[in-house]
Amino acid sequence: MSWFSRGKSPIGKIGKRIFPEGVFIKCEGCGDTIYSSDFEKDFRVCAKCGKHHVLPAYRRIELLLDEGTFEEKDENLQSTDPLKFRDTKKYRDRLKSAERASGTSEAVVCGSGKMNGWAVELCAFEFAFMGGSMGSVAGEKMVRAIERAVERKCPVVIVACSGGARMQEGTNSLMQMAKTSASLALLGEAGLPFISVLTHPTTGGVTASFAMLGDVIIAEPEALICFAGPRVIEQTIRQTLPEGFQRSEFLLDHGFLDMITPRAELKSTISSLIKHMSTAIPLENRPS
Amino acid sequence: MAESFLEFEKKIIEMEKKLEELRALGKQGDADFSSEVKKMQKKIGRLRHDTFKGLSRWEKTQMARHPARPYAYDYISEMLSDFVEIHGDRCFGDGPSIVGGFASLDDKPVLVIGQQKGRDTKEKMYRNFGMAHPEGYRKALRMMRLAEKFKTPIITLLDTPGAYPGIGAEERGQAEAIARSLIEMASFKVPIICVVIGEGGSGGALALGVGNRILMMEYAVYSVISPEGCAAILWKDQSKITEAAEALSLTSEDLLKQGLIDEVVKEPLGGAHRSPKETAHILRRVIRRHLAELTEMTPEELKVDRRAKFRQMGPFTQ
Ligand SMILES: [Zn+2]
Repeated sequence: MSWFSRGKSPIGKIGKRIFPEGVFIKCEGCGDTIYSSDFEKDFRVCAKCGKHHVLPAYRRIELLLDEGTFEEKDENLQSTDPLKFRDTKKYRDRLKSAERASGTSEAVVCGSGKMNGWAVELCAFEFAFMGGSMGSVAGEKMVRAIERAVERKCPVVIVACSGGARMQEGTNSLMQMAKTSASLALLGEAGLPFISVLTHPTTGGVTASFAMLGDVIIAEPEALICFAGPRVIEQTIRQTLPEGFQRSEFLLDHGFLDMITPRAELKSTISSLIKHMSTAIPLENRPS
Repeated sequence: MAESFLEFEKKIIEMEKKLEELRALGKQGDADFSSEVKKMQKKIGRLRHDTFKGLSRWEKTQMARHPARPYAYDYISEMLSDFVEIHGDRCFGDGPSIVGGFASLDDKPVLVIGQQKGRDTKEKMYRNFGMAHPEGYRKALRMMRLAEKFKTPIITLLDTPGAYPGIGAEERGQAEAIARSLIEMASFKVPIICVVIGEGGSGGALALGVGNRILMMEYAVYSVISPEGCAAILWKDQSKITEAAEALSLTSEDLLKQGLIDEVVKEPLGGAHRSPKETAHILRRVIRRHLAELTEMTPEELKVDRRAKFRQMGPFTQ
């Protein structure tokens, strides 16, 4: 029996973006075909080549949290479309189709849960929601998660997967960079850990704010992590970029990551890190 | 008079030239042109008024980038005295797209940091067109730490197309440099006043923009992305720049309406470049006023105030 055919998923709303059983998926790394239930069972990591495919937010939560412990928060927050933005499409329509495509209400899903017994506030980005772009709602949800962590004295884990700040909310989105970063200062002053997990892709204003401010920064293998995207740089300098530029391994070499951790080891790595940074964490938020 | 001008300034400039010619003729003394001169002056005044009243957001963006617009150094020399520039991030380089140092405002110490575009070709290259590398941001942060140590108010002048998108910048952690600046600026206990004097280019500008007061010059813009970048990505059409600028609501007036800035600093009619000195003096008066308010606050209050300011940014419903 595959995990998703269980009567009740640990999160409840996971069904929307998983592949149906009995289909084949083509690996973006080696091009091999993978049976969908194997692909989902391995949290979208190719068993053959190790390629880490983009993971939907609710599956990320399932990967990282103990079964049945996740309590989603602030999922009712919605954008007001402050600029009445319209390009080739209305922003409002883009939001609606993003919701349909992703099965999430915004680009980040936040909530409380337990990770190997440790209470945490977890924020997981959903790339299928407008490229995981950070607008006012995403910023507010993360800040609330950070404030909850300060309030109840537990760590914050944010798993980034984002194209950056959301253009359709203009400067409001830009300011979310400062808003989230400022709120992490509060967490730091409380002596509580922030673990930042960078997954493919993490770019722009998301990288240049909370994502680079982890006490410990972990990346998944071969993730694109950058401020300016490779295309922008190529257009600016009129050169093609070297192989592996701005990938996790490149960032580790240059001193901007603590470690590269495969998806399968992410939960155990994070929870053991929390243990080492847990001085300010009270008994009730520790494994019993 | 400015040598370089924008398309919508052209008519005004042409008429001003004619006016000069008329005056010169008048001085030669053969005929009396004084009534023509007066008429011309009136006409120019009206044209200037009409032109600048109705600028589109894209035209205002061009004003923000005007080649003759005063840059950080121009404001520093006109607003402040005893400026002592300091250099280097103590790590890799100087990052000359950002300048700064100690100065006095009315004989009181301030620390001033500005993003500096170049005036001539050589300086443009040297300043990398105002697009900072990580060392520029790290130098700025080092300066701000000094201000914190000596309890000196900080003034930042924002004017950049954006943080530089290049290989070296990425290798040396452009994202980390900006992020670090954001979190530390949110934690300092001295007054911080940020002024967008020209182009507030996304994260590259915001990195110096976490203040107790955020001001914008009238013809400054502040945006998550340039109209050009937005047109290319969302419209997939480079020619939709005007539409993108409209959609982005990036002018000082727009940002005041959105509650993201505290005040718009009026520029002389025709823009700051028409009268850089006067503009700097106007800004100095505004900074004085805000600084007087902020120096009433305790160090802890200043930090809390700054965090609270950013805490409420960005609307949503629930
Ligand atoms: Zn594969």
